[in-house]
Amino acid sequence: MEKFINLKAIVAPMDRPNVDTDAIIPKQFLKSIKRTGFGPNLFDEWRYLDHGEPGMDNSKRPLNEDFILNQSRYQGAQILLARENFGCGSSREHAPWALLDYGFRVVIAPSFADIFYSNSFKNGILLIKLDAAVVDDLFNDVAATEGYELNVDLEKQIITKPDGSTIAFDVDEFRKHRLLNGLDDIGLTLQHTDDIKAYEQCRRAEAPWLFN
Amino acid sequence: MAGKTLYEKIWDQHVVRDNGDGTALIYIDRQLVHEVTSPQAFEGLRLADRNLWRIDANLATPDHNVPTTDRSKGIEDPVSRLQVETLDQNCADFGITEFKMDDIRQGIVHVIGPEQGATLPGMTVVCGDSHTSTHGAFGALAHGIGTSEVEHVMATQCLVQAKSKTMLVSVNGEVNAGITAKDIVLAIIGEIGTAGGTGYAIEFAGDAIRALSMEGRMTVCNMAIEAGARAGMVAVDQKTIDFVKGRPYSPKDEQWEQAVKAWSDLHSDADASFDTVVNIDATSIKPQVTWGTSPEMVVGIDNKVPDPADEKDDVKREGMVAALNYMGLTANTPMNEIQVDKVFIGSCTNSRIEDIRAAAEVAKGRKVASNIKLAMVVPGSGLIKQQAEKEGLDKILTNAGFEWREPGCSMCLAMNADRLEPGERCASTSNRNFEGRQGQGGRTHLVSPAMAAAAAVTGHFVDVNDLMS
Repeated sequence: MEKFINLKAIVAPMDRPNVDTDAIIPKQFLKSIKRTGFGPNLFDEWRYLDHGEPGMDNSKRPLNEDFILNQSRYQGAQILLARENFGCGSSREHAPWALLDYGFRVVIAPSFADIFYSNSFKNGILLIKLDAAVVDDLFNDVAATEGYELNVDLEKQIITKPDGSTIAFDVDEFRKHRLLNGLDDIGLTLQHTDDIKAYEQCRRAEAPWLFN
Repeated sequence: MAGKTLYEKIWDQHVVRDNGDGTALIYIDRQLVHEVTSPQAFEGLRLADRNLWRIDANLATPDHNVPTTDRSKGIEDPVSRLQVETLDQNCADFGITEFKMDDIRQGIVHVIGPEQGATLPGMTVVCGDSHTSTHGAFGALAHGIGTSEVEHVMATQCLVQAKSKTMLVSVNGEVNAGITAKDIVLAIIGEIGTAGGTGYAIEFAGDAIRALSMEGRMTVCNMAIEAGARAGMVAVDQKTIDFVKGRPYSPKDEQWEQAVKAWSDLHSDADASFDTVVNIDATSIKPQVTWGTSPEMVVGIDNKVPDPADEKDDVKREGMVAALNYMGLTANTPMNEIQVDKVFIGSCTNSRIEDIRAAAEVAKGRKVASNIKLAMVVPGSGLIKQQAEKEGLDKILTNAGFEWREPGCSMCLAMNADRLEPGERCASTSNRNFEGRQGQGGRTHLVSPAMAAAAAVTGHFVDVNDLMS
């Protein structure tokens, strides 16, 4: 996993609540057996005017010019500003893979769905929960200023606006630690092999039917 | 000392170690594996030269991509075929038991786990699929995980987890005639919202939940995720134990006696406290139909399509306008005047034997209406299909004009060939009415199997009680 320490980048606004993982990456692209290459199909049904299928040359497909990510002012955006319950629905990790492959490293919203939240951090994407009123202000700021950028500092847990004002954010200590250091969860857990074996031995004695 | 909730009891039994940072290492008893969310996990194991920690804790089947029509020719779509073949190869390489496409035991993972007794009370159950919450019906702690976590469980048999908050949803009183588990859970979601359960494990309780069969409880827990909760659960009772007994993976003989004794404690203590309690009046629940693009956008069949003008919250109102626009509906249209094009009875929510019986009861002696382009019934597993055929349900349904298919996820998410065309409206017993879920531009209305069958034979939504009385 790639570390996340600090990022200054353009913000793209996704102004609708309950954006689900079917919208983030439609199911036909879940047939891939790879982790990469989902970026061109991020928000596929909103982004293109035709029906997308795996294997198409996406550069030749008709774009929905009204869709936010197709507008020139949001090109190169790495921070996505969203509404409540972002990432609801399926557990597909293809959703954070698609966001990451497109270039997003930060999503800011009033709330996120649980499984999407966990999946995103495991792929080096920082999700920031802010009060709905603060998010509302950011939507207004982004709309008012072309090329609007935010500076996100994970170490200090602070977002800095272009005018120098700041917004503090919370993040679980264990997620922050893994993200700052780009740590591999499996490697960390395997340091506790003895604990797992001891648990199994004990559990096998009290509930042997779980080990048949 | 205050009593414990069911969630806390199972959590405590599975803590391998407290990490001291708000998380614990939790032991996983069962992992179910399917073709869509596993290939990258197996690839990760190979790249790091890691093996499975406990092979026998895993059970696999292909379900999302499999065709529901004649399978003798295999899978036509080469991309889908490769994904299923990759699962076959990975299971062979790593030694995992797999019910392949031509196995009578193949089916939707969330149907076959309980059917095989691979899901047991008190277990921790995971799968790379959000509807893993289904298994909580057995007094198990079950939830969906992403592919990174699938790989983590494969390699360590554990997950790093932060404890959830606890919510009790008590459905009190007796439901009226024609009200099923699906109506109960849609009513709950309508009440608490699609994010109402975020951060919680929900325990469903109350007279109306206790009165449900195990199939019904699975339907309710299945849709806990649609209320935002990763896990939904129901306390163990005699129905749970009767269902589990004698299944291939269930404990036998002395171990059975020992297990039943241990399972008797799988309920929340009388003095346990929950972070949130929600009470629902079962007697007021009507047959439910969703009207929008989120499961919380739901009303009773005797209602009308809601009017965004009545919504005060700006964000919600705009969401309603967008939903009505996508669904091609006008505010204030009576729900029973909405005509449908297709009917889908199936999915991990509603593809079990009692669901098929309910659909057949409505279909019996009737015909699918002339405006319905396709009405299909997709059993949840090969064994359910066999049971339904033994009972003659397939004949009742096909005589009425329904198609009788092979088991799989099918048109719930349309990864195989079963899908809606743009603008088509579907009465569906699945779990998600998201934009494009059943096919790009497709319009999904979530209902119970009886309500779906009623829509099929009348051509529009109708209170199933009007047909059955």
